Amino acid sequence: MFLPSPWRQFFPGILALAEQQQVWLDSAATAQKPHVMIDALTEYYQQGVANVHRAQHMPGERATRAFEAARRSIANWLQAGEYDTLIFTKGSTEGINLLSQALAHHLQAGDEIFISAYEHHANLLPWQQLALSHGLTLKVLPMDADGHLDVDYAIAQLSPRCRVLALSTLSNVVGHKQSLQRLLDAAHKVGAWTVIDGSQAAVHERPNLQQLQCDFFVCSAHKLYGPDGVGVLYAHERAVAALRHWQFGGEMVRHCDYQQAEFLPAPLGFEPGTPSTANVIAFAAALEWLQNLDNPAIAEHEAALHTFVLEGLRKRNMQIIGTPNCALVSFNAPQVHHADLALLLGEQGVAVRAGHHCAMPLLQSLGLAGALRVSLAMYNDGDDLQRFFIALDHALEILQ
Amino acid sequence: MSELSSTAQQAVEDFQGCKQWEQRARLLLQWGAQLNELPEALRTPDTLVHGCETRVWLVLNDQSKPPHFQIASEARLLRGLLALLLLRIDGLSSAQLATVDLNIWFTQLGLSKQLSPSRSNGLNAVLERMHELLKQPI
Repeated sequence: MFLPSPWRQFFPGILALAEQQQVWLDSAATAQKPHVMIDALTEYYQQGVANVHRAQHMPGERATRAFEAARRSIANWLQAGEYDTLIFTKGSTEGINLLSQALAHHLQAGDEIFISAYEHHANLLPWQQLALSHGLTLKVLPMDADGHLDVDYAIAQLSPRCRVLALSTLSNVVGHKQSLQRLLDAAHKVGAWTVIDGSQAAVHERPNLQQLQCDFFVCSAHKLYGPDGVGVLYAHERAVAALRHWQFGGEMVRHCDYQQAEFLPAPLGFEPGTPSTANVIAFAAALEWLQNLDNPAIAEHEAALHTFVLEGLRKRNMQIIGTPNCALVSFNAPQVHHADLALLLGEQGVAVRAGHHCAMPLLQSLGLAGALRVSLAMYNDGDDLQRFFIALDHALEILQ
Repeated sequence: MSELSSTAQQAVEDFQGCKQWEQRARLLLQWGAQLNELPEALRTPDTLVHGCETRVWLVLNDQSKPPHFQIASEARLLRGLLALLLLRIDGLSSAQLATVDLNIWFTQLGLSKQLSPSRSNGLNAVLERMHELLKQPI
């Protein structure tokens, strides 16, 4: 076999799918899970559960310690600073919704929010709706035909009216890693809060938040080999106090009477109700495991797979969107509707994504109704890609 | 439930005769090619079916008795599925239509997988829209 994956064996889901004759090439949507993550979940539930942060009994104490240890561990993986804050959310989508609500009281009519043209709906709609309700201007930073953000143009657009700059470092459609450091620094200088959506990028390169120096950062566990329904919102030490409490309930309260209440500061003040304790602990376990793997070797493997996909698609004259350089590629076959191709790939057990990838405005701006997307993770191997290309050739033979 | 027309019966035999997905796909494409599509001029935002990732337009001709649907789709395989859908219901009265179980129909054709609850091909959204249109007073 060419391009074997030494990590494939750690993912029971990918092996199970292979037995079901399914090739998983949709990891940008969600990733298969490693044993260690599944074991951590099982172990947590099997030892006896308790709520965190409220009980004095031993099980409560144990759960709280494990939960807070997971928070430190995840912060460490993100290379956050010692005084930065990590808030647990349901995922990136909730993280950005939280920000759009918790920063809203700082914004006045006429203020500007900057996003990019390649944002997925999660980093568009919360800001769009905030702009609509508060009379703000949503500015969409353009990208060139290759799918690159024009950083110089973006910097030139900045003014003190810009209060929020919210960008993904890797688009889920274009698959191009953006270098945003200069833009983040410039936005910071004009007094804007900088928000990085690391949902896709964090999977393929460990974030270094101390280096990135953004105010806020979000990512989702389920794309990062972790469980569903949990994510993190990182807040830089200097920015965390800007957030106003946004959801209310148990565990976030300092003092409460019938008519008014005082709330805890972040993170607990932003985690009302019983958190997703097992998932948080299992997410930390997945990241600790990931950190101890040979990460340069994983990056090299993913890059080799990516090159193979790109070359194969180019050889077949597929229309590739932009110039992807990381982990995924979106494309169309000339004269073939993406839904037809997706259906026939599905018939052959190849799981790729087809449609607008939760980025309708982006595809509209490219003049496309949709596209197919192949996305890769460490557990994919050369056989997966060969099966994909055999299926693609077969489908095209029928459709063209 | 109303009985299958002879053409519908023939379609069932043709699809059941398909041993492989390729044959089924080619047959679907043929059916799609035969669909008398809704004219371009009538493919407007009003007739667009919401909930399909692939654009589908649907019009109910309520002047004709029995009611008659016209459909257009951008994707060829979906067009085939829609042609088969119309094959099953064309010529039926509203009352007869209400008794047709399309799950059974597509299962007979060996295409039940295409009625998946996910939005992927939009066939379900088309069915829902048909029911909505029929419920409107004519």
